[in-house]
Amino acid sequence: MTATTHEANVLGDDPFETANLLDPYPFLAKLRDAGAVSYLEATGSYAVAGYEEVYEVLTDFETYISSGGLGPRDIRQDSGWRPPSILESDPPIHTVMRRALTGVINPGTVRALREPFTPPAIELTEQLAQRDRFDAITDLAEKYPLRVFPDAVGIPDEGREHLLPYGNMVFNAFGPENYIFKQAFAHGDEHAAAVMRNCERENLNDTGFGARIWDRVADGLITEQQATLLVRALLSAGVDTTIFGIGNTLSVLARYPEAWARLRENPKLAKFAVDEALRLESPFQKFHRTVAVDTVLGGVHLPAGAKVLVFVGAANRDPRKWGDNADDFDLDRSASGHVAFGMGLHQCVGQPIARLEMEIVLQELLQRVAAIEPDGAPVPILHNVLRGFESLPVRITPA
Amino acid sequence: MTASAGATIEAVVDTVEIVADQVVSLVLRRTDGQPFQPWQPGAHIDVHVGDGLVRQYSLCSSPEELDHLRIGVLHVPDSRGGSKAVHALLAGTRLTISEPRNNFPLRDSRRYLFIAGGIGITPLMPMMEAADRAGREWTLIYGGRSRKTMAFAQQLEDRYGADRVRIVAEDEVGRLDLDGILGMPRAHMLVYACGPGGMLGAIEERCMGWPPGALHTERFVASSLGAGAANEPFEVELARTGTTVTVPNDKTILEAVEEVGVRVLSSCRGGLCGTCETQIISGEPEHRDAVLTEEDKEAGEVMLVCVSRAAAGCPRLVLDL
Ligand code: HEM
Ligand code: FES
Repeated sequence: MTATTHEANVLGDDPFETANLLDPYPFLAKLRDAGAVSYLEATGSYAVAGYEEVYEVLTDFETYISSGGLGPRDIRQDSGWRPPSILESDPPIHTVMRRALTGVINPGTVRALREPFTPPAIELTEQLAQRDRFDAITDLAEKYPLRVFPDAVGIPDEGREHLLPYGNMVFNAFGPENYIFKQAFAHGDEHAAAVMRNCERENLNDTGFGARIWDRVADGLITEQQATLLVRALLSAGVDTTIFGIGNTLSVLARYPEAWARLRENPKLAKFAVDEALRLESPFQKFHRTVAVDTVLGGVHLPAGAKVLVFVGAANRDPRKWGDNADDFDLDRSASGHVAFGMGLHQCVGQPIARLEMEIVLQELLQRVAAIEPDGAPVPILHNVLRGFESLPVRITPA
Repeated sequence: MTASAGATIEAVVDTVEIVADQVVSLVLRRTDGQPFQPWQPGAHIDVHVGDGLVRQYSLCSSPEELDHLRIGVLHVPDSRGGSKAVHALLAGTRLTISEPRNNFPLRDSRRYLFIAGGIGITPLMPMMEAADRAGREWTLIYGGRSRKTMAFAQQLEDRYGADRVRIVAEDEVGRLDLDGILGMPRAHMLVYACGPGGMLGAIEERCMGWPPGALHTERFVASSLGAGAANEPFEVELARTGTTVTVPNDKTILEAVEEVGVRVLSSCRGGLCGTCETQIISGEPEHRDAVLTEEDKEAGEVMLVCVSRAAAGCPRLVLDL
């Protein structure tokens, strides 16, 4: 138990600096190479970027807790900007909330969504296939989840325009209070209030996931406040991430025409392509944990109360886990084990929904588009923790 | 491993011991005096109990001792005859069994929580021994109607101590408090539970608050394991690919399908995550996963090919692969 420890490598680089947000991978490679655990002067936090360490931090939820918040501030010390969500809680509070969500969102309930989720994807891709060029983000990736996901949760049409700005606030708040954060929070109160309204039982229809979550209040598992927070969690965690998931997948496939051709021949491979794209271009790149008790990780002593920045997007490209071609898209690779959806206790509840949406869009597009290629440079989005594109112009050959 | 489909061994009942009300423990040896093949905690054997009936019983002896196998059998009055036949066995009786097979393997972890309901204690016994030998942190919670119906309870308490072995007899302290037991998930802890369906359903519901994949269960139907069918080989027709593969008794559908170069998205490969869900076009599955709801299992439209197989008497499944 008296393992020798050494100091963390100190790095001056700032992961939240504009250049590192627009193209994170050179910095992430440097961070991985610097050692198992680094200390980032710019943020005052420790950082892990290798697969092994990221896996360890995510699975040891007793040592690396979530109730300190996923952002750089310890929200146990000062009250956060909103009541803590399931993401920002530990057992036993997390446990009942998670039980309620998993009981509602699981392979059985999500399977039933294939039917309602398919027609909007057909409609959108049919329209796009008539054009020779379009923007894969604004014309498709951004449109599709907003067409299907709010209906699955069962919120009214009114107020849906607040979902994207609200998601933007929630996720940017997992980074520092920089100019990106401030921009996201410009009309924050208005967006937050509108989304919270849609989490109330009387504003949810009787058939969506929202109502099913509220059912668990009646049987005593969760409180009314927890039900509101859980619906809010779906609405905030379920839109932006999936938009970026679709956009990132298309950004990769536009660069790999052979992969597109193989997928056209065998559309059953679509879900493997999605999985591999999630590994390579993980939409949720990084978030924090808080050290609960003094501990040692990768030979480095971490004091209680310290923040650890967990770079899942870097772990997903760690050559020690994925081999020398970790930075390449390989349709034949088994991406199983990637941490784009997290790992362990907080592993994404919405994973089956996100996968379903991504698979359906890709399959419908494959049916109608013979070839897809970049039509100018994609514009990466400036975001504290999500990786994605604002614009992705593509040129297509209709099938 | 290499045992061909349905390979059997001739064994003899060495000793019969009553270990609790309605529970007997049988020690079996090979008639040829040879050792049994190595096996891992969680394994079971098929016992041919006569009249074409085959029952599966978990091994509760030590995998370190291959000169014999021990099973515990609960007598269930209304069962289809399996347990009755076994209870009628005397020392010296010969019977046909299979080599040990494992549908309930113990995965490596830093900590374990074992939960047994009644005769569900049997597969957990070699697991505790292995966890103990490896120096892992573990606890057993063992529930039953009363101490005298709970096989091996005293023996386990004496061997490992009351702080690690918690006997919860309903007539003394009431039923298992599952909310208390599972309300606080622990990191790096796997839960292994074996017992009747009702108890496992309640455990599954509570473990939805645990890390995905933490819970491993084995269900007892009447007095024996699973639906009663052995791992028989069967055929799977891959409708999209246009080929048919044979799934031998020691391979899963997933493995057999992958061997012919067909890809199926998988993650846990243990019936825990739902990733390998596959559409069934025809045929009847035997579900062995911990993911699908009872309604899904009943409907029989999808199956998790990393663990589930064809039902007894269904020689061919047609899958959307
Ligand atoms: C490609 C799309 C998605 C990605 C990449 C993604 C990623 C993640 C990640 C990495 C986590 C774990 C965070 C942590 O460990 O602290 C997470 C948790 C979560 N996600 Fe997702 N997500 C996606 C889609 C969705 C969708 C569609 C929903 C809603 C249906 C959703 C709801 C949630 C919730 C509620 C949690 C918190 C779970 C908990 O704390 O127990 N996500 N997601
Ligand atoms: S791969 Fe996880 S259930 Fe089959």
